[in-house]
This record gives sequence, structure tokens and C-alpha cells, in this order.
Amino acid sequence: MNKIAWIAIGAGLLTQPLAANELFFEATAKISTEVSLFAQQGQFANQDYSSNISVALEPEFYWEWNDASDNLTFKPFFRVDQRDSKRSHADIRELSWVHLADDWEVRTGFRKVFWGVTEYQNLVDVINQSDTVEGLSKGEKLGQPMLNLSLVRDWGIVDLFVLPGFREQTYVGNDGRFRSSLVVDADSTSYQSSKGKKHVDVAARWSHSFDLYDVGLHWYKGTNRAPQYQVISKDGTDVLKANYQQMEQVGIDAQATIDNWLLKSEVIYQDNPSDNYFASQMGFEYTYYGIQESAADLGILMEYGYDQRGKKASALLQNDIGLGARLALNDTQSSSLLVGVIHDLDFNSNSFSIEADRRIGENWKATLRARIFSADDKDDLVSNFTKDDYVKVIFDRYF
Amino acid sequence: MKFKTLTSTLIAASVLTLSANSALAETPEEKGLTISKQVVVRDNGWVDMLASMKMVLRNKQGQESVREIRMKVLEVADDGDKSLSIFDRPRDVKGTAFLSFSHTQGADDQWLYLPALKRVKRIASRNKSGPFMGSEFSFEDLASFEIAKYSYKYIEDQACDLGQCFVVEQYPTDKNSGYTKRVVWIDKAEYRMIKVDFYDRKNSLLKTLTSLDYQQYKGKYWRASTMKMINHQSKKSTDLQWLDYRFGNGLTESDFNKNTLKRAR
Repeated sequence: MNKIAWIAIGAGLLTQPLAANELFFEATAKISTEVSLFAQQGQFANQDYSSNISVALEPEFYWEWNDASDNLTFKPFFRVDQRDSKRSHADIRELSWVHLADDWEVRTGFRKVFWGVTEYQNLVDVINQSDTVEGLSKGEKLGQPMLNLSLVRDWGIVDLFVLPGFREQTYVGNDGRFRSSLVVDADSTSYQSSKGKKHVDVAARWSHSFDLYDVGLHWYKGTNRAPQYQVISKDGTDVLKANYQQMEQVGIDAQATIDNWLLKSEVIYQDNPSDNYFASQMGFEYTYYGIQESAADLGILMEYGYDQRGKKASALLQNDIGLGARLALNDTQSSSLLVGVIHDLDFNSNSFSIEADRRIGENWKATLRARIFSADDKDDLVSNFTKDDYVKVIFDRYF
Repeated sequence: MKFKTLTSTLIAASVLTLSANSALAETPEEKGLTISKQVVVRDNGWVDMLASMKMVLRNKQGQESVREIRMKVLEVADDGDKSLSIFDRPRDVKGTAFLSFSHTQGADDQWLYLPALKRVKRIASRNKSGPFMGSEFSFEDLASFEIAKYSYKYIEDQACDLGQCFVVEQYPTDKNSGYTKRVVWIDKAEYRMIKVDFYDRKNSLLKTLTSLDYQQYKGKYWRASTMKMINHQSKKSTDLQWLDYRFGNGLTESDFNKNTLKRAR
């Protein structure tokens, strides 16, 4: 499926003379154990449970040679989930070869690219597909096959992308939480392009920092990572069918860093067969340093998300205000706490969240996440999660 | 090269003669500045540096926690240094990298790379007084010494571990500094800062930094191998060990940008 990426990696490796004495190798890993407790049984069939255990393994293998001018990273991901067979999944997060020169580099293979500056959503982050089953808040992404040339110039960094091969979004199964009443049937997925998931997408980005400002501009043309859904009947059961359209998008992301203020903005304009629309996410973070004569910092965040499509937007934050507070104790264990609320101005729904984490010893980290949803309007996507309020404890062990 | 060395020796010599001749006429403020300038002059021209640091953090009960960081630093003429720091320990932050363009005037430019998210975040540099990775070193303690960051006052001569020392008070000019003053012991022979007392915003003694085991590199640049920071108020301490100092690695501006930050290992 991703022949181009594979051939490029293979060709690259073959042409590199491998002298054993200059090869650097490193293996690391992370195992995450997650225990979730739900306030009640779910609102849909097969969600009649109130706890779940899940374990994820993420090893990383790294080789470097040629005086550090070439490196190869392999980072697979595996998850086993007690309840949802669709959440038990594996992925290649990264399998990429990078070749470096003084003012350019070529990155080939499965990779993750992050674009954006805001906290509650990243509209400009279009390269990778969402690994939706990983959860609502983490923003986990699937590895994307790519050929990426990156040029460093005095006037900024230019990244050019060829993206052969499309990854479908992952979907929670029958037994999963955080889904709508209907399950997405992966076998029914369709594409606007006759090339289907073999359509080659392209993207370009320019980014630069001047003084207090960091700015990025991007252009993307290809398969929309976010599908449109349609109810179909399959074997006498109603299911959702995902259809991936073609789209073209331009966008800007910018941050100004002025004393205690971070001013952030992301704006996109997307053209797809169903809509031409603007969307934006903008706001600020203000930090009080050393509060109460202590080492702790307290940040106050506020962001507003807008989507020109209004209530029919597929985005969760189409007319939403997000407020948050971030406390960093700056202690030996790097303890931090983030509390937030998102209020939807169209549907009058709310979602509260708490996230706290702390290092334990030298090799462990504990994270606590909790979320409460409240929504009355059936048209609001959040109404699907009103019985999915949860507390989750995650223990990460690093090797 | 030879000519340049000769010139700088002459300049250094004349500065020394000047300061000796005008010692009587100098105010304590002028003398403090002259001595502090000598510290900077003697450390000019190292161009670039690689080093590793290991921090051992100890709390009141003596429990230890370790930090390991590798650094690349580029000297920038007429401005602050550029540096790239890579975190190896603790494990949960392994791969996190920090890019900093420090400036003699105005705020520094700083970016943090978070490897799990592949995200580069521009961060505020306003937080000079905050602790570096939970240690007793604050960000400003680890920043390069620049003349414009302080005003000065010479106090007295004193015997110290490395012979005779000047004792100079340095008052931060930045309102965001966590200190009202630093009292610095500088040895007369080589102008090395061998001890620093830090006074907090209430002007009480907060911390003492002692620099030990000075080694000379490239026949000119003195670097401490161990730096011990003791917090007198919290009774916590941090030992910083510098390892593998290497100068003249041919680093250039192109080693310090967002791309090199993202692939720092």
C-alpha cells in the first residue's frame, strides 16, 4: 500500500555504507497501564460496564550512522483493551529514515508531524490521521507514510510533503465508550477519489520566528482526514458509513510570546465538495510565576473555537469557549495540574476536565484524568458521551 | 592568529595596568564593574562548546534524584549565547530538548520540544527565577554571565580557597530576577567566580554556590567540574557535575534552529 515510502527507505538504506564501529543504537520503551472507572453504565447497547483496564506498549529503536548524518527510528505501538476489541490495536507510529545535510534534511517513512499552537484543538494539524480509540483528549495520531523535504533558510523553514497512502480513522467498536448510538462499519468506508486510499496527498508549510512571534503558513491538498458519515443498513442493522472526500486547505498558526502572555491563533480555510468554510481557534495563556513566594506557576487559559459551518460542523468546538488553569509546582517530581471547562455556545453543553500528573521515583509517572459531560441537545455531538463521565488513572513505566 | 593573540594580550595587559593605576581614583561601583568585565573578557573567544551535566538533587532528608543533560553552546559576538540542551534523565522527559537564544538586552527566545507529541512550543522566558527541573538552580543561575545584567560594587579583598579574592556585589538589573543581590568571590589570579551568595527579594541569604575543581581548556578557558548549590532556607541542595567539556567543535548557527531542536538526541 505504501510502496513509495518503503522503496525510498530501502533505497536509502542500501546506498548507505554501514560501518559497524560508527553505528549508534539505542532502545527504549514505555508501558502504560490504564484503569478507567465510569460513573455509570453507558447509554448504548453493550456499554453495560463501569470499569475498564487497558495496557499499551510503545518501544522505540533508534540507529544513527554516517557521523550522525543518517538515522533510522522504529516505533511500533500496541494496545490491549479489556472491553473493546477495536481499541485493542497495533500501529507503526514511526518507521523512518532521516538524512541530514547542513541546511536541508529528507525524512522518509511513517512519521508523525505536529503543527499548531493552541491547546483545545489544532485545526492546522492536518498531516496525520487521529487514532480516535486512544481517547478524546490525548490527540494521539497514526503514523503517516511520507516523503518530507525540509529546507532551512534565513527567512524560515520550508517543509514539502508527498503523502502516499491514506490511513483511516480508528473507530471504537460495539463494546466501546465515547461513541454515538451507531458504530462505524470500517468495511463500508468509501472515498471520493477513484484512487481510494492510494490517493497521493501533498502539503507545504513555511514557518519562522521573528523576535517575539512564531508564525506558520500551510497548504494541503488531498484526502480529508475527517470523514463524513451516513447511516446505512448492513445485515439488518443500522451502521455508520464513513466517506472520505478530497479537500484543499490553507491556514495560519501564530503565537506571540510577550512577558507573561502567550497569544495564540490558528485559522484555516477549507474547500471541500460539501462546504467552503473558515474555522479558527484563538486565545491566550497568562502565567503568574512563583505564586505566593513559592516555586509554583499558575497559568490561566482562555480560547474560543469557531467554525463557519455552525451547528452542522463535524468539529466538536464549532462555537465553544474553553477556560482552563494550569498549575506547575516545579518540584522534584514535576507535579502539574490542569483543570478546564469547555462551554458550547450553540448547544449550551459543558465538558469539565481534570488532568494531574507526577513523577514517581526515576522511572515511573502517574497521571489522573477525569471528565464530566453535560449536554441536553440531541444534535450536540457531546450528547453521546453524557453517560461516559470517567476517572482514569495511568501508570507509565519507562525503560 | 598570532597577531590577534598578541593584540588581546596587550589589551588585557593595558586593562590591568589601567585598573591598577586608577585603583585609588575608582569608586567601589567602578571597581566592581572593572573586575566583573575582566571575568567576561577572559572568557571571550571560546566559540563553541559541548558538555554533559549531571545534577544530583537532595531534599532535606537526603533523598536523591538525578538529572542528566547534554548541551551544545555557541558563543555569539555582542549578544547572549545560543544553546541546545537535551534531557536524558529522568526517563519520562528523555528526548525533551530546549533551544535558547539568550540576549544581553530584552527577553531570551526559548523553545521546548516535546518528543511524545512531536510538538515544538515557544515558551515564555519571563520565568528567570523559577527552578530548573526541580533543582536548586534557577534558570538565571544557569544563564551565561553578561555585564548588562547587573550593576556592581566592589566590597573588599579576602583570602579564599584559590588564594586572594575580590568580593563584589552584583545587583540584577532585570526586575524579574529572583534576587536583590549576589555576593561574588572572584580569584585575583584568573578571575574565576569561585563562590556566590544569593540574596532573595527580601534581602535575606537564600543560597550559596561553590564552584570546585577548575580545569583550564584550550590553555585559556577555566571551567568548574563541580558546582554545589545549597539552599539555606529549604535545606535542599543540588550538586552539578560537568563532564566531557569539548571546545572548538565547528558548531555554527545552523546547529541551532527548530529542525535541529526536533531531532536532538
